[in-house]
Amino acid sequence: MTSSPPPNAVEMQDIVIRFPGVLANDQVNLTLKHGEIHALLGENGAGKSTLMSALAGLYKPVSGTIKIHGEPVSFNSPKDAIAKGIGMVHQHFMLVPTQTVTENILLGLNEPKFFVDLPKYDQKIRDLQDQFGLRVDPTAKIWQLSVGEQQRVEILKTLYRGANILIMDEPTAVLAPQEIDELMNTMRSMTEQGKSIIFISHKLHEVTTVADRLTVLRKGIATAEGISIEGLTGEKLAELMVGRKVIFSVEKKEQEPGDIVLDVRGVSAQNNKGVRALNNLSLDVREGEILGIAGVAGNGQSELAEVITGLRACEGSILMNGEDVANHEPSKAIASGVSHIPEDRTGVGSAPNMTITENTIMKNYRDEPIGNRWSINFTEARNHARGLKDAYDILAPNVTTMARKLSGGNLQKVILAREITTNPKLMVAMQPTRGLDVGAIESIQRLLLAQREEGTAILLISEELDELLTLSDRIAVLHEGEVMGILDAENAEVKEIGLMMTGMKRSDS
Amino acid sequence: MNIEIILHAGLATGTILLFAAIGEIFAERSGILNLGVEGMMLLGAMAGFSTSLATGNAWVGLLVAMIAGGVLSLAHGLVTIHFQADQVVSGLSLTFLGTGLALVLGEGLTGQHPPTIPIVDIPLLSQIPFLGPVLFSEHSLLVYVGYLFAPLAWYYVYKTRPGMHLRAVGEKPSAADTLGISVYGVRYFYTFVGGMLAGLAGATISLSVSPGWYSTQTTSGQGWIAVGLVIFAQWNPIRAAFGGYLFGMLRRFILDLQGPALFAFYLKGKLIGSFDNPLYANSNYGFFLQMMPFVLTIIALVWGSRAATKKRLGAPAALGVPYIRGERGL
Amino acid sequence: MNLPYTVIFEKRTADYPKWLPAVTSLLSVIVAFIISGIVLKIIGGDPMRVLKFFFTATFGSWPVFSDTMVKATPLIMVGLACAVAFKMKLWNIGAEGQFYMGAFFSSLVVLVPMVNLETTPKFIVIALMMIMGMIGGAIWGFIPGYLKAKYQVNEIIITLMLNYVALYWNNFWIFDKWSDAGFQMTPQFEKIAWLPRLSDLAKEFKAFSGITLHLGVVFGIVAAIIIWWILERSHWGYEIKLIGDNPKAARYAGLNITKNLILVMMLSGALAGLAGMSEISGVVHRLQEKISPGYGFTGIIVAWLAKLSPFAVIIVSILFGALIVAGREIQPSGLSNLLQGIILFMVISSDVLLRYKIRLVRLEQEA
Repeated sequence: MTSSPPPNAVEMQDIVIRFPGVLANDQVNLTLKHGEIHALLGENGAGKSTLMSALAGLYKPVSGTIKIHGEPVSFNSPKDAIAKGIGMVHQHFMLVPTQTVTENILLGLNEPKFFVDLPKYDQKIRDLQDQFGLRVDPTAKIWQLSVGEQQRVEILKTLYRGANILIMDEPTAVLAPQEIDELMNTMRSMTEQGKSIIFISHKLHEVTTVADRLTVLRKGIATAEGISIEGLTGEKLAELMVGRKVIFSVEKKEQEPGDIVLDVRGVSAQNNKGVRALNNLSLDVREGEILGIAGVAGNGQSELAEVITGLRACEGSILMNGEDVANHEPSKAIASGVSHIPEDRTGVGSAPNMTITENTIMKNYRDEPIGNRWSINFTEARNHARGLKDAYDILAPNVTTMARKLSGGNLQKVILAREITTNPKLMVAMQPTRGLDVGAIESIQRLLLAQREEGTAILLISEELDELLTLSDRIAVLHEGEVMGILDAENAEVKEIGLMMTGMKRSDS
Repeated sequence: MNIEIILHAGLATGTILLFAAIGEIFAERSGILNLGVEGMMLLGAMAGFSTSLATGNAWVGLLVAMIAGGVLSLAHGLVTIHFQADQVVSGLSLTFLGTGLALVLGEGLTGQHPPTIPIVDIPLLSQIPFLGPVLFSEHSLLVYVGYLFAPLAWYYVYKTRPGMHLRAVGEKPSAADTLGISVYGVRYFYTFVGGMLAGLAGATISLSVSPGWYSTQTTSGQGWIAVGLVIFAQWNPIRAAFGGYLFGMLRRFILDLQGPALFAFYLKGKLIGSFDNPLYANSNYGFFLQMMPFVLTIIALVWGSRAATKKRLGAPAALGVPYIRGERGL
Repeated sequence: MNLPYTVIFEKRTADYPKWLPAVTSLLSVIVAFIISGIVLKIIGGDPMRVLKFFFTATFGSWPVFSDTMVKATPLIMVGLACAVAFKMKLWNIGAEGQFYMGAFFSSLVVLVPMVNLETTPKFIVIALMMIMGMIGGAIWGFIPGYLKAKYQVNEIIITLMLNYVALYWNNFWIFDKWSDAGFQMTPQFEKIAWLPRLSDLAKEFKAFSGITLHLGVVFGIVAAIIIWWILERSHWGYEIKLIGDNPKAARYAGLNITKNLILVMMLSGALAGLAGMSEISGVVHRLQEKISPGYGFTGIIVAWLAKLSPFAVIIVSILFGALIVAGREIQPSGLSNLLQGIILFMVISSDVLLRYKIRLVRLEQEA
């Protein structure tokens, strides 16, 4: 007697999810077959995370049905979803830093009942790890682990709960190319053991290597539902994601870089945990040149930006046009022409409850005509802000709107506008396009290139290799706080960069 | 000046701080800063006192005091958890509310003598030389409760499943939320617990350690000292208990400093030196002594903050930050 | 009863209307009054009679209005002190202690004495007292500011503790060195140290006889104008607001946070200290044990109710001045404390309306 094929692991039909002011998912359908790896593709803001959060029980759809293994379900909380075998591995890890791996895995469960016998559970976790090949020390505290190890803990959390449907949200964002391969292998071994996986990404080439079928979202609508990977070209995928045949191309002019603007010599620094983050690092950036910094997150990039902008102490010297700005207050770096686009737009780069005007004058409120000796002329400030709003095409009701009402892309434009108007000599840009939709990414990248043409030296730190390859003149690869090698962007090969990212020094550098 | 008396008195007054501080530890570990402790303590002191007077039963008074403190703290919980209002100002309003309620409803209570919590000796244990009389004899029952409560609270927080959940909610509520733990529920619960314990602390004063109702003088700032003690104790219940006892002893020591006319030092029975006690001569110097608990709290806080930065310890990460599902950060 | 509507809270996407903060503050006061009235009724009082009394005793005639303004005067300055600190998210709970130190330091001019009280012109004595008062408050503000800047110690507890320290410090000097025949107060200050008041002009203007409104109220109004200018127009005000909103962004922009922590706490303390001087020199005319019925704490509520706006602080101070004047007569005595607590509680609760709007949503009919 032949058995009928197993029901689909997940069927989501006509899902509508709404937030105040935004229709996040509009009649979306998604089907996950048993034992398959299904990719959910779309640019930032398309609605992928929202859809999957609904599957994980975090949001309730306004309308539509969800079926798990053929059975209709209605989730009121993450607990319900977990009970049905759904496990989510988040992009931003949901781990408690001060607790151990085992404690994090046990969190929220009914067992142990009251008294917690950690060693017993440490062993259980080790056994689970062997089954899937995910190794990490159960007794370690999360803050002590590397990003890749933390991701393994996230995965173990779902497996420990008996998840057979896994949702992985942008899992490769924090991994080096080799680690990505490892992850892909882990995913395949999990499907061989009967798990079904949905994997969210905005990176086309990853998706094509491992997925069986895919669904594409664009602005809340599914432009492709469960299509097979077979025969798909990069261009077709891009069109489905963005609606244009070609993603975009930015014009990078040929130009000769000028004198050295930033000269980092033998800099060492510690990170917040007291561990050495920068190790005798040296590099330089010239006028009119973009030096890209490649590397897996957590290898010293943040600390590099911080020592240059005066936010972190260090050994060694950092020369801006000959003047040492190391180990001084940020005001000294700013005075010598350093401007900073921080990683965290809302937490660090802007004042959320102040207006656009007030945010744009952060650097020049003391200068004429906006400021004079004691006071600020807000009429002038508003005119200035309006000028920037038009010049940079910032979408907002008016310049007295509070910064936290702006979308990611528009807020980033405000920050860039602010930094650019100070006519900096060096721009330190950290992840400037992270989390933005394609239109905003294009704008920001164009702005950076325009600055390059003006002669500004730019230090571009990014986790998107594609971006670095497109924009940079030279690329330096960081690993454990050291420069593994510096290559010309034109001739650079992803494979070589990948090797350097994981610690192999360039043979002829 | 008698060391045994100082230790003994310290354990008694320290118990007050112990209850209030451990209550606040529970609330803060879940992420909620409750600055209303002084108000809740005063309300508890009054509620306990008047209930004991009305019912003739100090234990019932104690219970009512705890309920009063708990209910008041729920108001703080509603405003800070559901309305996401600023926790500092809300806590302050609670202090005003608690104090106001206590004063209004406590009119006419001064000078009354309701039944109090009994003072007992623990048999056998009180016979231990030196330690016995200090620790186990002639203490209010509540002091003995305190001895047990601190280690139990410690064990609960660090070694049990609900304690694990409590810590997770205070450190990274989003992690707890996605795993099905009700962040709001946990926070309400421990805010309530904190309020109950503050009420208990207040009743410990009025029904036990310093029986009586003296309007705002009943608590005279101890609620605030308890909040400072939480920071000093690094959110650890056992350290909070020791801190409370230490504080109590220091207070008694300082008080006793005014007593003797002469400070005399003896070695092997022979007088080796003495000097006049300036505090004896001028009773007004006593005001400086009265300042001491507060100055000590400041010193303890500075010391605690420096130690914390060194060991990279600190407050629960989400303390004072309202939790909104879906918002980045915590 | 099944209503066809349900109420949901929805996060605001647009800015809230400009009039909303003022309306929520006003509503909070009204609701607080209603609740207090209910409490009063429960314990056997007569709320309407009390309300009527409240208005006649505070605004009913020029003399009582003057009393109200006299009580409002220190509140304006303490309210400003709290507002300035709160703008930078510095929780100065120590305004009471800073008030007392201001009172103490300004009294030193007379008690030491710091100048010859017979020969020095009045305006110099007064000016000196003002400066000493502000210095006293500034020192008391410096301590928590410095501790926070250097050791990241929480300023809430420190400022609170310093309240008690200031109180006992003051007590020592009035019980001991400068006591007036063993009473808990110094002898009355010479007239030269008294702030001029309207009743000084009783000879020229009959109407002013008995009116105790003194120059302190001018201090308050001038201080409000200055603070407004600092906050809304000056560099410093911009920096304060930026640090208060996002200290990390302020640091990235090159602002010196530690310097501002200390300076703002000193400014806050100085304002509270000035209030202390005004009360000593304008009202009590001596240093005594009880100078303040909790102005420092009421100032917190004033600042919050005024939504940290300097001119609103003036208006709210008058309201609270009225509450203090009326409260002297109203039984039971703890009621004003309770009322203040309810008002503050209502104000914070109503803050939610600034971030969320309430929508009535029609429930779907069952098919």
